[in-house]
Amino acid sequence: MKLKKLAAYAVAATMAASPVLAQLVFPSLSYRTGPFGANGAEVADGFADYMTLLNERDGGIGGVLTNVIECETGYSTEKGVECYEATKGEGALIYQPLSTGMTYQLIPKTAADGIPMLTTGYGRTSVANGAVFPWVFNFPANYWNGASAAVNYMLAENDGSLEGKTVALLYHNSAYGKEPIPTLEALAEMYGFDLTLLPIDSPGQEQKSQWLQIRRESPDYALLWGWGVMNQVAIQEASNIRFPMENFIGVWWSGSENDVIPAGMAADGYKALTFHAVGTDFPMFDDMQKYVVDAGLAAGSGENVGTVLYNRGMYGAMLAAEAAKVAQEMNGVAQIDAAMMRDGLENLVVTDETMAAIGLQGFGPNFEVSCENHGGPGLVAVQQWNAADQKWTIITDFEPTDMEVIQPLIDADSAAYAAENGIEPGCN
Amino acid sequence: MFYRESGDFKKSYAEDSQTFPLKLDRYGYYAILFVAFLVVPFVINDYWASAVLIPFLIWSIASLGLNILTGYCGQVSLGTGGFMAVGAYASYKLMTSFPELNIMIIVLLSGVITAGVGVIFGLPSLRIKGFYLAVATLAAQFFLIWLFNKVPWFYNYSASGQITSPKREMFGFEVTGPSATAEAKYLFILVLVFGLAWMARNLTRGRIGRSWMAIRDMDIAAEIIGVNPLKAKLAAFAVSSFYIGIAGALFFTVYLGAVEVGEAFGILKSFLVLFMIIIGGLGSILGSFIGAAFLVLMPVLLKNVMVGTLGWPIDLAAQTELVIIGFLIMLTLILEPHGVAQLWRFLKQKLRLWPFPH
Repeated sequence: MKLKKLAAYAVAATMAASPVLAQLVFPSLSYRTGPFGANGAEVADGFADYMTLLNERDGGIGGVLTNVIECETGYSTEKGVECYEATKGEGALIYQPLSTGMTYQLIPKTAADGIPMLTTGYGRTSVANGAVFPWVFNFPANYWNGASAAVNYMLAENDGSLEGKTVALLYHNSAYGKEPIPTLEALAEMYGFDLTLLPIDSPGQEQKSQWLQIRRESPDYALLWGWGVMNQVAIQEASNIRFPMENFIGVWWSGSENDVIPAGMAADGYKALTFHAVGTDFPMFDDMQKYVVDAGLAAGSGENVGTVLYNRGMYGAMLAAEAAKVAQEMNGVAQIDAAMMRDGLENLVVTDETMAAIGLQGFGPNFEVSCENHGGPGLVAVQQWNAADQKWTIITDFEPTDMEVIQPLIDADSAAYAAENGIEPGCN
Repeated sequence: MFYRESGDFKKSYAEDSQTFPLKLDRYGYYAILFVAFLVVPFVINDYWASAVLIPFLIWSIASLGLNILTGYCGQVSLGTGGFMAVGAYASYKLMTSFPELNIMIIVLLSGVITAGVGVIFGLPSLRIKGFYLAVATLAAQFFLIWLFNKVPWFYNYSASGQITSPKREMFGFEVTGPSATAEAKYLFILVLVFGLAWMARNLTRGRIGRSWMAIRDMDIAAEIIGVNPLKAKLAAFAVSSFYIGIAGALFFTVYLGAVEVGEAFGILKSFLVLFMIIIGGLGSILGSFIGAAFLVLMPVLLKNVMVGTLGWPIDLAAQTELVIIGFLIMLTLILEPHGVAQLWRFLKQKLRLWPFPH
């Protein structure tokens, strides 16, 4: 009885206290369960830990504490809708749903509700055209940059010619996996290589027949557009048919430790694209260790700090936090709202100084967001897995991608969206 | 004492054969309608609409549909997800091809198209039954999902294979699209649910419903007393698919707004609806609603209790939720193998006699 009363008081106290505190609310639509849970958890941990670090070390952003409201979606769009509706009333500043399917769903909703969305390296590629999608951002790189970067890498390996080469694309049979296809088809025509499309149904545990086909046709390269358990299975299957790992290139969502470790030594040499650095060799991670992990405030166990996906979640949080700072400066208030946040995102400038001030110099590219370009510079590097050291190493520079091919595709796709939905494109 | 026929005199045949012959039942039914139509729309908000009521109502339509086929006619189907996809893609093609068509007509037409598809996949039921039929409908599920993934015409050649529902209005209120209000969406679906449940109830009380039940209870005996199994079974497939198609169309147009076929209408959805009718009660209209409520509302409730009230970490809550739901399903089926609706029937029996059971 006493305990019950106590709990009731505690609930009442928190309920009474919370509206008084000023907060910057960053909802995190995460997934820690289901076939994609292992990957989703790392990203969500990175996101939450960076926000905790800001609270512990700097007292929040501009003196206002951040508040991460996490909501489990299980990578299901229906639960995503529930999470969105549950969190949008809490003063949500920005959504980062970490799911391409959910992004498609939220693009019109966030525009109607006036809440910005940042889809770092996923989602609908053509949102890079901010004139049509004022509320959505996908800097610093998108899927079509990724597709182009993979082709550029293959070109560099083959002295600039892919004439007569064969490339197989293994993709998650969903909006996510289908995104790169138009770009790859355009590039295949341009460079004269042969593209084979091999869809794999979600969640992707069953891909024997696709690998049988790869074994039969033995393409020169295989590209992987997978997520979660599908990546692990693909890499295992590739090693089973002795497909040369150095010719197997994954997108950035198919290049985490979770994907390669299960295959053991067989995964050695596997490559993946990336748009940010890996590892913990940055001064910011010392603070992370000191203020968050050692203080026992880490969202996860603290062991995955520095992994590919953790760093990506942290990078997403960092970009959102920087945009919030810009918004605070622009408006001269600390407690910003979602509309101010959007302006902050659109005026975000990331330079060497910004990155150095955070303690992440060289972690990601420098870029400037504008209304015309919500997609950033699209600089992409290739990383390779070293199974003996259990480490990813970046083996190329962050190189520009073929915007001459990508930009017309972005313009065409966003124009189609504008026509379908009666949007008058324009920057003001 | 409270719940009995005595004193409730019927003066005409119409009164005698009404759906709810008991006064108390009837008043309860009116009260629910009153609350649903005249109270809820004034208090509803976006969260309650999108996370709770709209999915509940849509799944109720789907489970009504499957209950007609499985519960009343005895034909097991695992193709519900596929048929919902037919409804969704039919509504998408209709919406984009005929922009001036009213959304209500689009939804009903999607149901009709799905009914046609359902009849085609119902043909094997004339030769096979039970597990064999389940496998044949399972094939329908996989085939339809594959088809909508494979043929770009169905998704208007969009790069991602996603279909997105455009804005449509009803009496000047937007019911689909991002800026549709919670009230408009809720009322639009509620009207359909009311109409469809009313139709299902009366169909199953009438000649055709009795022929379905005759087929379900013993098909050979049914044939001997003059029920045409071809007509009865195909009618069941048609009506059931009509309901499921409407559910799929609403699921896409009003509820989610954008879907990809593999995720939204996969095999798991077929099982979900099957679980709904088994838990709710096979061959019961009320059971369809109870089953939908159990499997749609319970997870939301548990989540809000565990995360919102108790403050558990979300991953722990998500795992515990699965355990609890699984446990509750087993408990329900062990204690009441005929579904929750049977519990209600039983309670009514007891109430009639109370407090003098002998």
